[in-house]
Amino acid sequence: MYIIIVGGGKVGYYLAKQLVEDGHEVLIIEKEAARCEQISAELGDIALRGDGCEGATLDSAGTGRADLFIAVTGDDEDNLVACQVAKTKFSVPRAVSRINNPKNEAIFKKLGIDTTVSSTAVIMAHIEQELPSHPLISLMTLRGGGLEIVEVKIPRQAAVVGKRIKELLLPQQSLIILTIDEEGTPRIPTDDTVVRAGDEVMAVTRRESQDALRAVLTGKPTTTQEGA
Amino acid sequence: MGCGRVGAELATVLDREGHQVTVLDIDPDSFAQLPPDFGGRVIVGNGIDQDVLQRVGVGEADAFVAVTPGDNRNAMASQMAKHLFGVRKVLCRIFDPIREEMYHNLGMETISPTRVMAGLLKEALEREPAETSPDG
Repeated sequence: MYIIIVGGGKVGYYLAKQLVEDGHEVLIIEKEAARCEQISAELGDIALRGDGCEGATLDSAGTGRADLFIAVTGDDEDNLVACQVAKTKFSVPRAVSRINNPKNEAIFKKLGIDTTVSSTAVIMAHIEQELPSHPLISLMTLRGGGLEIVEVKIPRQAAVVGKRIKELLLPQQSLIILTIDEEGTPRIPTDDTVVRAGDEVMAVTRRESQDALRAVLTGKPTTTQEGA
Repeated sequence: MGCGRVGAELATVLDREGHQVTVLDIDPDSFAQLPPDFGGRVIVGNGIDQDVLQRVGVGEADAFVAVTPGDNRNAMASQMAKHLFGVRKVLCRIFDPIREEMYHNLGMETISPTRVMAGLLKEALEREPAETSPDG
């Protein structure tokens, strides 16, 4: 694959290093000359000095034949514009953007950026995993369609404890894809898998169904029917 | 959004015409460019942060104008005003003519001072040299 990375900071550098090791053709676009030299000295001639938001730079980078375009500068507005130029003017099939403010995810999606990655959100998710008050954690957004992979920890008193997967009234287009029991054993569940207290359940669900899914998996016995 | 020369000038004119104006800038010192009798609101904040836009009340605004020095900030804030907050009239300044054209094609109302100025200069160049009359 031909992969263009905008932003030669730490994220861009290590990303490029990994992708080169995996055998991909990689180009980093970076504004600072000194940084470009440093990257080229360490990773070979893969740095192009320029502004990744400018059509001319992207043109000389051969953006038209890129399979993947990744913007990882420290500024959300630069990442957004770089991805929009790549998609609009060069028809790049897939654009990935780093976002610093996790709340920008929605607007980036709306403006056609295929994937956003927020380190803030990832760290938050790890913190939330440690907190019992957050029974549903969003792990990953799947491309298009508003589908997400979420993790839910089944509380002791949940109504679903002891039930089989096929008995659960999950929201539309929600699917349980993996369970990990308290001993740490992962299982791909079947219809007859029994839900146990303390299970970590990974599910695919629509964003708007998250609350309903949480209600089904963590609700107490009197509220079982909610959200189904 | 953006209280530089253009932002401050526009805000002042609109304020004098009786419009309800809010000026947003990340630099509190920038508001010194507004006249002492400026009647609008000034708010320190980052216009590409949707919480800030929310707080400023962009959702209730009839118009939003992005004139910070950064093309990308303007493009991002304008798209947020239009697509997240549903502002009907959104004006976005983009210096780079190529980016300006792209956002224009994406349905944004954009102005490139570079293009406009170059056009004006070219027009002026093509006119016969003015006579010495001061209002020529």
